[in-house]
Amino acid sequence: MKKIQLQTPLSIKDIKNLSVGDTVFLSGKLFTARDQTHKKMLELKKKGKKIPFNPNEMALFHCGPVVRKEKNKWVIISAGPTTSIRMENYESEFLSTFGVRMIIGKGGMGEQTLKALKKTGAIYTHFTGGAGALAAKSIKKVENVYFLKELGIPEAAWILTVANFGPLIVTMDAKGNSFYTHLEKERRKNLEKINKMIEKN
Amino acid sequence: MIKITKKNIEKKLLEAIKKAETELPKDVVKALEKAKIKEKGLAKIQLEAILENVKIASKESIPMCQDTGIMTFHIEAGTEFKYLVDLKKMLSNAVKKATEEIPLRPNAVDPFTGKNSGNNLGRNIPHITWELTSGKECTIHIIPKGGGSENMSALWMLNPGKGFVESKKLIVEHIVNAGGKPCPPTIVGIGIGGGSDICLALAKKALLRKIGERHSEKHVAKMEEELLELINKSGVGPMGIGGKTTVLDVHIEYAHRHPASFPLGLVLQCWADRRKTIKFTKNGSIKVI
Repeated sequence: MKKIQLQTPLSIKDIKNLSVGDTVFLSGKLFTARDQTHKKMLELKKKGKKIPFNPNEMALFHCGPVVRKEKNKWVIISAGPTTSIRMENYESEFLSTFGVRMIIGKGGMGEQTLKALKKTGAIYTHFTGGAGALAAKSIKKVENVYFLKELGIPEAAWILTVANFGPLIVTMDAKGNSFYTHLEKERRKNLEKINKMIEKN
Repeated sequence: MIKITKKNIEKKLLEAIKKAETELPKDVVKALEKAKIKEKGLAKIQLEAILENVKIASKESIPMCQDTGIMTFHIEAGTEFKYLVDLKKMLSNAVKKATEEIPLRPNAVDPFTGKNSGNNLGRNIPHITWELTSGKECTIHIIPKGGGSENMSALWMLNPGKGFVESKKLIVEHIVNAGGKPCPPTIVGIGIGGGSDICLALAKKALLRKIGERHSEKHVAKMEEELLELINKSGVGPMGIGGKTTVLDVHIEYAHRHPASFPLGLVLQCWADRRKTIKFTKNGSIKVI
């Protein structure tokens, strides 16, 4: 298990040798996107319209932050990850369309995304759910925000500059490994044992 | 002593909501610290991040989680409490003000249009559960309830013959299937009996209890302890990353059931078990606990 510092924009070379269980701290740019934003961006692309920022240069953060406007500038107050599996329907297409190299979320994602990560060369990293204040500490600046009026604060695409953002645990790597597959097997074994204990009592 | 006046009630409600969002109750912090000692590796990293996060939130007075929840209130209201009829309006005002001042994330979306109201107010939101008592006292429990854990709620209408054995299996299996989604280590609220809506309301009410606080009846307390032990053998662990601490506690409430029914409701609360209580005493003072 390695501890690594990464800086955006990320290349395939930066992420291809990372493995499940490694810890990453990220500096550079992120954009937030939840399900509505995924849908919106894919729709824009299909219609041949321009995306107002370049997702390829940033990490994708599954997050709907708490924000405040101070002196005409947006400030992020609290910004932990949201449940990633909600984006499963969109993610494989999203990865191949926009060439994102790194996802930050919580709870992991499914088979479709795992395949897409391998195919497109990207990793999924886990950030501690609910740790919104800790995350906000390493967010240095709100660069911009898109789709705000249409989608509202939680669903808008917030473009953020971060420094030493983490700890991010690689739980799905670009080699086709998922930490969750291994965990799932363990859990099923444990569940069988627990069920026997319940029946005995 | 802070006197009960309209102005003071609104001021204290706002203060209580802010404390609920920014300060994790001591019993929860203690339970998380205890869990950190037991865990190692990636599970320990999760608990360290959670505790560091809790420290920052409290020190800087910012919401500990970006999902500041749907504001829910459980009120034990004395029928002679002077401001009983005004409370609903006061709570809505406090939520609106809290959204601007703390700030909170606007979390009230019209299910039909998809439009976010922007101020955490909306149809039937914030939600209030009323329990009427006699006298002049009034107690308001404030629970900001996050979406991730709420999404993992469950209801089963079981065959009474299979009752408890099946209940225990379903509860453990459900929490294993939920994995990291409800942000473990969670607190489990279980409601048994009554009816479909009643058991879920009881499950939610069970979440008002402090960690370690057992049900007053021994056999119910025993089932709470048994489930706590069984669930923590599952290996789900903090944030579903594997480990010994999947849940911090299990609380059960029950009602008598219909002979043909065995309703079982389950509600999970994430590690950010935010709750605050505001009390209006019969002597006319306000306390935020």
